[in-house]
Amino acid sequence: MNQIENKQIQEELMPRKFGQAGKLWTILLVIVILLGGYFYVQQIQNGLSVTGLGDYNTWGIYISNFVFFVAISLVGSLISAILKLSNVKWQVPLTRISEMIAVAAIAFAAIVIIIDMGRPDRFMNVILKARIQSPITWDVIVITTYFFISIILLYLPLIPDLALMRDQDKGEKPWLKKLYRILALNWRGTELQGRILKKSVRILSVLIIPVAFGIHTVTSWLFATTFRPGWDSTNFGPYFVSGAFMVGAGAVICAMYVFRRQYGYEKYLTDDIFNKMGKLLVLLSLVYLYFNVNEYLAPAFKMKAHEVGHLNALFTGEFAPMFWSVQVLGMMVPIIVLLFPQGRKPLPMFIISILVILGAWFKRFLIVVPTLSHPLIPTEKLPQSALHYMPTFAELSITAATLAGALLIITVLARIFPVIPVMETIEENYE
Amino acid sequence: MKKSKTESTNNQDRREFLKKGLMASSLAASTSALLNFQNDDVEESGDTVELMSPEGEIVEVDKAYLKPIPDVPVDLQKAREGVPGRKFVMVIDLSRCKNLKKCQEACQKMHYLPPEKEWLKVLKMQDNDITSPYWQPTVCFHCDNPPCVKVCPVDATFKRSDGTVLIDTERCIGCRFCMVACPYSARTFDWSEPDQPEEVMEMEYSPETSCPAKMGTVSKCDFCPDMARKGELPHCVTACPNGVFYFGDENEDAVSNGDVTVKLSQLLKDKSGYRYMEDLGTKPRVYYLPPVNRLFPFEDEEASAEEGH
Repeated sequence: MNQIENKQIQEELMPRKFGQAGKLWTILLVIVILLGGYFYVQQIQNGLSVTGLGDYNTWGIYISNFVFFVAISLVGSLISAILKLSNVKWQVPLTRISEMIAVAAIAFAAIVIIIDMGRPDRFMNVILKARIQSPITWDVIVITTYFFISIILLYLPLIPDLALMRDQDKGEKPWLKKLYRILALNWRGTELQGRILKKSVRILSVLIIPVAFGIHTVTSWLFATTFRPGWDSTNFGPYFVSGAFMVGAGAVICAMYVFRRQYGYEKYLTDDIFNKMGKLLVLLSLVYLYFNVNEYLAPAFKMKAHEVGHLNALFTGEFAPMFWSVQVLGMMVPIIVLLFPQGRKPLPMFIISILVILGAWFKRFLIVVPTLSHPLIPTEKLPQSALHYMPTFAELSITAATLAGALLIITVLARIFPVIPVMETIEENYE
Repeated sequence: MKKSKTESTNNQDRREFLKKGLMASSLAASTSALLNFQNDDVEESGDTVELMSPEGEIVEVDKAYLKPIPDVPVDLQKAREGVPGRKFVMVIDLSRCKNLKKCQEACQKMHYLPPEKEWLKVLKMQDNDITSPYWQPTVCFHCDNPPCVKVCPVDATFKRSDGTVLIDTERCIGCRFCMVACPYSARTFDWSEPDQPEEVMEMEYSPETSCPAKMGTVSKCDFCPDMARKGELPHCVTACPNGVFYFGDENEDAVSNGDVTVKLSQLLKDKSGYRYMEDLGTKPRVYYLPPVNRLFPFEDEEASAEEGH
């Protein structure tokens, strides 16, 4: 009986060739990436003048997009470490999806930061001339570490599945077969191999948690170590980390829904898992709401001279429409909808997850840009155009290309590897 | 490793030295050099000077052969260390400023800055609605606890023994962290290929001259350390007709605005000198004298022109 079931699980979870939709999606992503690449070449030739940045708004959507990527990459540690270590059983089908998102996001976080550099040709200075007291150096160290742990955490549990694909005689392309054979590292499924693998994954799951907190706390310090209004906050580390877990959960819900629809995985990515992820997202959103109250209420209560301009711009001024849309649609609405069991069904959850992701992207914009539009010095005699930042088409294209690039990595990974761990699902089935 | 690098730069400098005819005067003594001179298209003036040759002989050379010594900046090592024994400091007397912007003009001109790249800004300050506004020339404050230097990941911006904070644009990676770290927004960025005259492009780069500018890097007011090294005042100081700026050496306890040289400590004591945003703890090396007993009434021509419309 079990034998047949296992066979069926195997069949269903194997990666599949792209259908019409898959091909179209991939082509679309490639076009967006090529367009961004074209503009990046322009940026290399003409400098960052192709962007809307200036001496006051010196950081813009490249940096806010970087923060977004770092944030979303925390999903890897949330699902495959925190949930795993708390013995949550239903996280198994989500581990690979979350690690794929984590790897794609953290890789593009690094790429985006290079895109933002005025002299990418001197990138090696970051390593060769590194000064340890700079938060950027900390970020380089901790992001690199997180990237490698995430890759290993994606790869190790994949090995038994790779062996499975190596051994089956389905008509995959020869280069894929070869790839599976090499990556499977001679896995035979012996007891010893199994033990080593389990132990390694467990160690990594513990290791990745402080590193995950590290990447986003250090990223928050790129802002919190300055004197700028809105950034000069001791609350920034936990504020960033909580927001990251929230958007990470949103991203994994979004991906769950897409894979479930695309591959017909209703049996594996069940309504129950959606329900549980919904509850988790409510919890994470409430934590983030708590930090938001902390972040804005105390300064708004005091209205310090340096902060007034910035706070007014957010609450009632130039950035108010975006600020309140993000706070309401990207945080309040998800909390309210997900409190109801009807709201935790797959489709409403998918819509909510899109709101959460969009809200998170614009929230990073609201963290980076309005602050720099309100320098500490009096602005009356400064060139007013320099205090209003509007990203250019080139800048938007390059940013869109990085987002498309991350999605393409996830798409390719989902094409060649099973998005739901096969062997682990079979094991679960036995228990 | 480091040493040999310095040596090689020194050698290069020396070669440059020769090429530029710095030693034209002493070379004049040797025959080979004289032969070279005959190839030169120089019209003899008839006026001669006596010079000592490397061999120690006194020779008479026509003045037409003498060439002015070009400014060769100090090497990178020296530019990173600073002028020995000095602690540069600036005092800006707000009671004398009427927003003439001669300081800014001179700064733009002498550093070949385009209009949108301002290292020196004259800010209109008004602490509250009732008190009178005043003009505040604002430069880089060369803080003793510089937030910009702390955040630089590659040591491209650095603090020198003489107090100045400079930038090595040949090392800067253009991350602009220093720009957001500076609470005074003193720093500018070359967003595109800087439009500079030919002679500036050909200048030998030094953090002390900040020339030539490079695309994708940060720059700012450098306290004109090349001038200070020669014992001269920064361009903004000499350009101001009202003596707003004083520049000098804290070790000597003396500052000068070009007209008078005064005791720094006495000046700050008598006129209640203060530093901008002292509460941030950045410890600026620029002091302000409050806008009391002003030489000029406050006038904002731009604002009144706007109102007139």
